[in-house]
Amino acid sequence: MTQSIQETQEELIEEFGLFDDWADKYEYLIDLGKKLPSLSEELKTEENVIKGCQSRVWLHAKKQGDQIIFEADSEAVIVKGLISMLIRVLSNHTAEEIMKADLYFIDQIGMSQHLAQTRSNGLLSMVKQMKNYALAFSAK
Amino acid sequence: MTLDIQKIRADFPVLDQQVNGSPLIYFDNAATTQKPKSVIDALSHYYASDNANIHRGIHALAERATTAFELTRTKIKEFINAPSSDQIILTAGTTGSINLVAQTFGRANFSKGDKILISNLEHHSNIVPWQMIAEEKGAIIEVIPVDERGVLDLVAYRNLLDASVKLVALNHVSNAIGTINPIAEMIQLAHAHGAKVMIDGAQSIAHLDIDVQALDIDFFAFSAHKLFGPTGVGVLFGKRELLESMPPYQGGGEMIKEVSFEGTTYNELPYKFEAGTPNIADVIAFSAAIDYVNALSKEALFTQELALLAYATEQLSTIPGLRIIGTAPEKIAVISFVMDGIHPQDLGVLLDKFGIAIRTGHHCVQPLMKRFGLPGTCRASFAFYNTFEEIDLFVKALRRSINMLQ
Ligand SMILES: Cc1ncc(COP(=O)(O)O)c(C=O)c1O
Repeated sequence: MTQSIQETQEELIEEFGLFDDWADKYEYLIDLGKKLPSLSEELKTEENVIKGCQSRVWLHAKKQGDQIIFEADSEAVIVKGLISMLIRVLSNHTAEEIMKADLYFIDQIGMSQHLAQTRSNGLLSMVKQMKNYALAFSAK
Repeated sequence: MTLDIQKIRADFPVLDQQVNGSPLIYFDNAATTQKPKSVIDALSHYYASDNANIHRGIHALAERATTAFELTRTKIKEFINAPSSDQIILTAGTTGSINLVAQTFGRANFSKGDKILISNLEHHSNIVPWQMIAEEKGAIIEVIPVDERGVLDLVAYRNLLDASVKLVALNHVSNAIGTINPIAEMIQLAHAHGAKVMIDGAQSIAHLDIDVQALDIDFFAFSAHKLFGPTGVGVLFGKRELLESMPPYQGGGEMIKEVSFEGTTYNELPYKFEAGTPNIADVIAFSAAIDYVNALSKEALFTQELALLAYATEQLSTIPGLRIIGTAPEKIAVISFVMDGIHPQDLGVLLDKFGIAIRTGHHCVQPLMKRFGLPGTCRASFAFYNTFEEIDLFVKALRRSINMLQ
C-alpha cells in the first residue's frame, strides 16, 4: 500500500521545515532535480512537451493497473526539482485521487511563487497536465 | 558634468526596496526602465487636477489637458530633432508604431515580389508585422545576417539591396545583445537604392543621441517606457511626405475631418493616425521623463552606462565557463551571457532570490538565439542609476548561484 497524497505532502513539508534559509531549500531542490532520472530520449517528444515554459519540460504518463505513473524531465534543474516533488506526490495513484488532489504543500514549503503564471516555468502547466492525464485515463 | 548617482537613485522610488530580504538590484532596464518620482507625480497630478478628454471640450480642464498633451509632442519632437510636431504620431508603443507603418505604408507600397529587408537581430515586434503584410501582399522578407560577435554583415547587406527592396526595417540597437548598428551608413545605402528605412529605436532612445534629420531616417519608433516614462505610450516619427501619402490606419473619432454616410474626409497629421481617445495621462506624464533626462547631461548618462558595461564585462569574464554572447565593438550597456552546463532560467531564479532582477529566456529574438544555437541567455541591462557596487554584488551572487547549480 503506497502512502496517500496527503501523507507525501506532509512528508515534504517536514523535510523543508528543516531548512531555515532559502539557499538551503534551493540546494535541496537542485539536488532533487539532479537525482530525478532523465526521461529516455524517445519520450522527449514534441507531444510530451509542456507548452508555456521558459525551459523545455517533458511529461509522460502511463497506466499500471489502476494507477498512473508519471515520468518527467526538464532542461532546468530547479524546475526538475519541482517536478520531482510533484511526481513523488502524484505518481502511483489512481486517476480519481490525482484529480481530487489539493497540492497545498507547494505553498507550505514556500514555493508558491513558482506557481505564478509569469514564472513561465511550467509548474502550473505541469500540475494541469498531470490532472489532464488523470482525466483522460479515467475516461478510457 | 559628473553624476551624483546617490542623488539620482533617490529620484527613483522603486529602487529603494528589499526583494527577498536583499536590497533590489534592478538589471532589467532593457525590458523597461524605472520611473523618476516626477513622472509618477505628473501622472497622479493629471488625474487629480486636469483629467478631461482632449481636442474636444472648450472648458478649462479640456484646455489644460490638451495643452499638456500637445506639449509632450513638442518635447518629443525636440528630443529626436524632428522638423515638426505634426510628424510625431503617438501610439501605444514601439510595437504599435511598427504595425502602423506595416499596415499603412506597407499596404500602400508593397506589391508582389517586393522585398522587405530586416536583420537577424530583430525583436519579434520588428519581424511579425512585416511577415503579416508580406503575406497579404506577396512581398518577400530577406534577412541581413550577423556574425559571431553579433555584428551585422554589411557586405551581405549591400548584396541584398536592389531596386526591389521597398523597405529596410532595422533596430538601432539589439535588445538581446546590445549591438549598436551603423544605421547612418545603412540608411544611406538603402536610400541609394530607393528603399525607405524604418528604425526600431526601442533600445537606443534612452542610450544614444537621436537626430532623425541628421540620420535621414524615414520612420523611427520607440516606447516611452524604455525612456523612464510610463507604459502604454509609443512614438512614431515619419518624414512628412511619407506620412501624408499613407492611408489612415484605424478609423474612429479624432482622425476625421468630416463624416457622413456617403464618405469621410480624414484629419491632418498627426491626428489622421490617432483614432479614438489616446492615452492622455501617460502621454502627459511622459513629458516629465523627457524633462528628467534633459536636465541631466545625456553625455554624462551615457558615459556612466558605458563604464558600467566595461566593468561588468571585465568582472563576468573572470568566471570560468561563462560566455558572453554579443561582443560587438559598439554596444550599449547590455550583457547577454550563458554558463556551460547551466540553464539560464536556473540562474534567473536564484539571482531573484538574491534580490537581483535580470532577464532570462529568448528575449523575443528567437531567430537570433537560433543563430547562436542557444535556447536563451541571461541578460543584465544597465541604466545610469545602476552602480559599480551593484555589479560587485551581482557577480558575487552569480558565483554563488553557479556553485549551487554545479
Ligand atoms: C528592439 C525592440 N523592439 C521592439 C520592442 C517592443 O517594444 P514595446 O513592447 O514597448 O512595444 C522592444 C521591447 O522589448 C525592443 O527591445
